[in-house]
Amino acid sequence: MKDKLYEYLLMLGDNSMILGHRLSELCGHGPSLETDIALTNISLDLFGQVRSYFQYAAELKGEATEDSIAFLRFDRDYRNVILVEQPNTDFAHVIGRQFLFDAFHLPLLEQLMKSNDEMIAAIAAKSIKESRYHLRFSSSWVKRLGDGTEESHNRMQEAINHLYPLVSELFRETETEKGMKELGIGADLELIKESFDEKVKTILSEATLEIPAVPSRQTNGKTGIHTEQMGFILAELQYMQRAYPNMQW
Amino acid sequence: MTSVQNKNIDNLLRELTDPEIPVLSIMDMGIVREVETNGKDLFIKITPTYSGCPAMDTIATDIKLKMDAAGYNTTVKLILSPAWTTDWITENGRRELEKYGIASPLDEISDKYALIDGKRIVKCTNCGSTNTKVVSQFGSTACKALFKCEDCLEPFDYFKCLT
Repeated sequence: MKDKLYEYLLMLGDNSMILGHRLSELCGHGPSLETDIALTNISLDLFGQVRSYFQYAAELKGEATEDSIAFLRFDRDYRNVILVEQPNTDFAHVIGRQFLFDAFHLPLLEQLMKSNDEMIAAIAAKSIKESRYHLRFSSSWVKRLGDGTEESHNRMQEAINHLYPLVSELFRETETEKGMKELGIGADLELIKESFDEKVKTILSEATLEIPAVPSRQTNGKTGIHTEQMGFILAELQYMQRAYPNMQW
Repeated sequence: MTSVQNKNIDNLLRELTDPEIPVLSIMDMGIVREVETNGKDLFIKITPTYSGCPAMDTIATDIKLKMDAAGYNTTVKLILSPAWTTDWITENGRRELEKYGIASPLDEISDKYALIDGKRIVKCTNCGSTNTKVVSQFGSTACKALFKCEDCLEPFDYFKCLT
């Protein structure tokens, strides 16, 4: 049970951490000052949430620390979905990735606020206040780009077409998630999917975009099978801790 | 909580500020949640404004250094629940924020009108006009949004409502 809970905390934390890392890569590189600040603020919120999850996970595990969990695992030990490791290519991709994640994240946190595990409930109650702002930001940009010029519309649609096949993984229940759901600790992914579908449908339709009829991809990030992106992410993310073990800011 | 029974401790804590908003004491900010004493042992619980607030570690260290220097044996603990809300910023804190150039948070509904619908209700901290508009929902720190006054043309921060 302790191991399952630990694994579940990694799933929750890793999604936020890898997405947070991707967003942090945009620091100083955003398309405008305001979006740059917004995306890195979101990154900071996500890292804050990760720290809470990992501090708790470290407590459970005993010999680990939040830093060792964040920085000293190999790629197969990370539990994030493939969606969040997608690279920052076009701004429309950055926004699409953020929107699809936020539309999943909010109903997830809503459920976790009612978790039988007090610590998870507290982290979720804290995080949800921040994630509401994230969804607001990403939705507004999906609409602005989708319902913008022909160029922005096409690029936003292209990004959604590219990312949408990765969405199904969010809702494919693993053994760990099933176990946590049954104990009343974890979330019920089917319920999340209902709110996710509703939100995505509404926002994309307001944005004059279409939900693509594309087959979903069989990705398994949640069990540690990542794309080649993950190696590049970890090389940068872990460099300092690997080169200077236990270094602190 | 806005006051601590032990006046000496209360006064010392009031001298400490948020490093990102140096005019606001941590007491006015509402991040000190519990203070307990047992002889010279002092237990203080603080809660972050935002999860990723980089000031929290500094604040925890500042508290420990200050209270230890005053002869206490201090333990600072970070708690998450109940989650911080802008309602915990004191009246005095709001005045200090405004003087410093940060518009203080509106109530939840007005906040949404201002940030999402772009209603002109946030008061410019420079000239007092409400002819202001959102430049960015995210500002210089996670807790603020960026506004611009269309009368005096000054940009200013608005402390976002968090409930």
